[in-house]
Amino acid sequence: MKLYLLNLLASMLLSGITVAAQSTPEIRFDSEPGLLKFPDNIHLGEAAGVATDSKGNIFVYTRTGHPTISIGTSRAFAHGGSRLFEFDRNGKFSREIGQGLYGFLVAQQVRVDPQDNIWIVDQMSNMVIKFDPSGQVQMLLGRKAEAERIPGLPLNRPPGAPGGGGGEGPAAPRGLPGAGAQSDIFQRPTDVAWDAAGNIYVADGYGNARVAKFDKDGKFVKSWGSKGDAQSQFNTVHGIAIDAQGNVYVADSGNKRIQIFDRDGNFKTYILNVGSPSAICITRGEHQYLYSSNSNPPEDIDADGEIYKLELTGQVVGKFGRAGKAPTEFGTVNAIDCRNENELYVGEIGNWRVQKVTLHP
Amino acid sequence: MKRFLAYWVTVFAAMCANAAHAQMKATAQNVPEIPYESVRNFLRLPANLYLGEAIGVATNSKGHVFVYTRSANTRLFEFDQNGKYVREVGEGLYGFEFAHSVRVDPEDNIWVVDEGANLVIKFNPEGRVVMVLGHRPEVVAGAIATAAGPTTPAEKYTFSRPTDVAWDPQGNIFVSDGYGNNRVVKYDKNGRFLKQVGSEKAGREPGQFNLPHAIAADGKGNVYVSDRGNNRTQVFDNDLIFKTSYENVGTAWTVCISPGPHQYLFTSNSNPNGNPPGSWDITGEIYKMELDGTILGRFGHASKQFGGFQVVHMMDCRNPNEIIVAEIESWRVQKLMLKPPQTKISYAK
Repeated sequence: MKLYLLNLLASMLLSGITVAAQSTPEIRFDSEPGLLKFPDNIHLGEAAGVATDSKGNIFVYTRTGHPTISIGTSRAFAHGGSRLFEFDRNGKFSREIGQGLYGFLVAQQVRVDPQDNIWIVDQMSNMVIKFDPSGQVQMLLGRKAEAERIPGLPLNRPPGAPGGGGGEGPAAPRGLPGAGAQSDIFQRPTDVAWDAAGNIYVADGYGNARVAKFDKDGKFVKSWGSKGDAQSQFNTVHGIAIDAQGNVYVADSGNKRIQIFDRDGNFKTYILNVGSPSAICITRGEHQYLYSSNSNPPEDIDADGEIYKLELTGQVVGKFGRAGKAPTEFGTVNAIDCRNENELYVGEIGNWRVQKVTLHP
Repeated sequence: MKRFLAYWVTVFAAMCANAAHAQMKATAQNVPEIPYESVRNFLRLPANLYLGEAIGVATNSKGHVFVYTRSANTRLFEFDQNGKYVREVGEGLYGFEFAHSVRVDPEDNIWVVDEGANLVIKFNPEGRVVMVLGHRPEVVAGAIATAAGPTTPAEKYTFSRPTDVAWDPQGNIFVSDGYGNNRVVKYDKNGRFLKQVGSEKAGREPGQFNLPHAIAADGKGNVYVSDRGNNRTQVFDNDLIFKTSYENVGTAWTVCISPGPHQYLFTSNSNPNGNPPGSWDITGEIYKMELDGTILGRFGHASKQFGGFQVVHMMDCRNPNEIIVAEIESWRVQKLMLKPPQTKISYAK
């Protein structure tokens, strides 16, 4: 009986949320899907990450080329499959960064910090790589596995297992599922962010269910979270962003919520009514806004796909877009750049493109 | 008892699957032979480029020839109307894994179907990707999603080793899917799912498939599907309602429909991979037909030599008297100049 009541309560809550979402105002917008111009021999694959620097240059971290497995001795090795490109503010191709880099396997995200350093997150090499503005590698978090198991990797392999994302490095201590190691051994990490002091926060990720914090020099500080749906637990940590006060917003996509923590990982509150938050971004300036994408799964364009604009309190300002393949539609948005509040860059997994979206609020 | 039955059902299914690869002699009789000449040195590649298995071939409105080939990597090459190499399209593309088909639509967009990446990719005439159907399984998730055989229910936007693509005059997209699924899917021009015929399961009934291997549409929007494992070409109307089936011209490997006011249908009874004994005697020829299934003639034969065919995988018939064929096992593309049939047309249906 108790269970029944609980269920009833839950479904009432859910339907309440749906109604709220339906009454959300639509934000008018237009888009430029063909902004980026490539050399003849370079083609965008899945546009996993997009970010801009302070000059308006555009960086795209893409799953392109051929992810390749080669057979060594008794082990198989993974190479390539992702590339990082830079364009100027008009979409003209400038250069490739990190060509042939050891850690570029499956692109997941790119972000640019306030000093214009470029950071990428790679889901398969389990690395977070910091480039300085000139494109030189400055710092590494995590280590690529020496070898891969064939075929493929189980989605939730034990931390530190041979061939797994933690590589053949130190085994992780036992703990709660998804809590990961108290270290920089990631399991399919997804995103990176910084607070005003330069501390680094890594969303980790598909394999683990935690946020890992490092100081500005990359020294491990702490991590929090484990797999589950309780407060401070996660079910696919898919994105992370930090506001000017140092509050940490975590896209807990499997639990359909954005959890908000202070800089030490203490839970503050959560935002519920925005679908499955997949890509999130916080604007700069006096009045900050939060964008969050309820991205459609790549195998279905008849559901979801809209992007929400929110106050940092969680109040929905409006939403725009839907899933699809046409211009102004979105195909599994994986990244949002919101350096300018009404001029967004949106990276799509499903449509292999970056759209420049101009909002007309 | 139940288990016993299940066992025999499984064995029977396995036998059927084997039958899918058995080749069939055409039952049509007295078909006129269409003489032809194969153009010498038709495609000319730069010294450092080689074709692998010539899997897909198509021409655009200018007569440029596109070849989708399983080379060291799968690659897409463009040649001009005289066979001179022009360029590579989609160099290093994320979706190029294992070639299966290339087609050019009426606006000269180039479409490829890749059965290794489970994708249908549309390039504009300049050679830039403008639309992607399907989703390549992420490498971190392993290679499971492309396993052979029907395993999970066919999804609207996910293919299982798709084989070919076609369009109706409205621009709706038809995808034959494929080695894993056994269905044809219709999308609108923006790639939104409309409906499907068939399912993930193989079958022999009308509207079921056993390896739908190629697809083409005529000017009225009817859809023709090479149902290779069932040795027939099934015809559907634009809503994918079954109309009829052509079953007298051997194993339907691939199909092409010529444009223009009077359209012809070409279907290939390609010789089987591996060239088993006796197979060359009963397979290897291509049929020219009216859209209603009336056979007009046949041409070609299985052979390793120039002018003969080694497993024709795809045909271009933009000009119904100049057929370009791509062959799996001879790694070549031939341009065939057809001549008038030598004997009177006989109606062999």
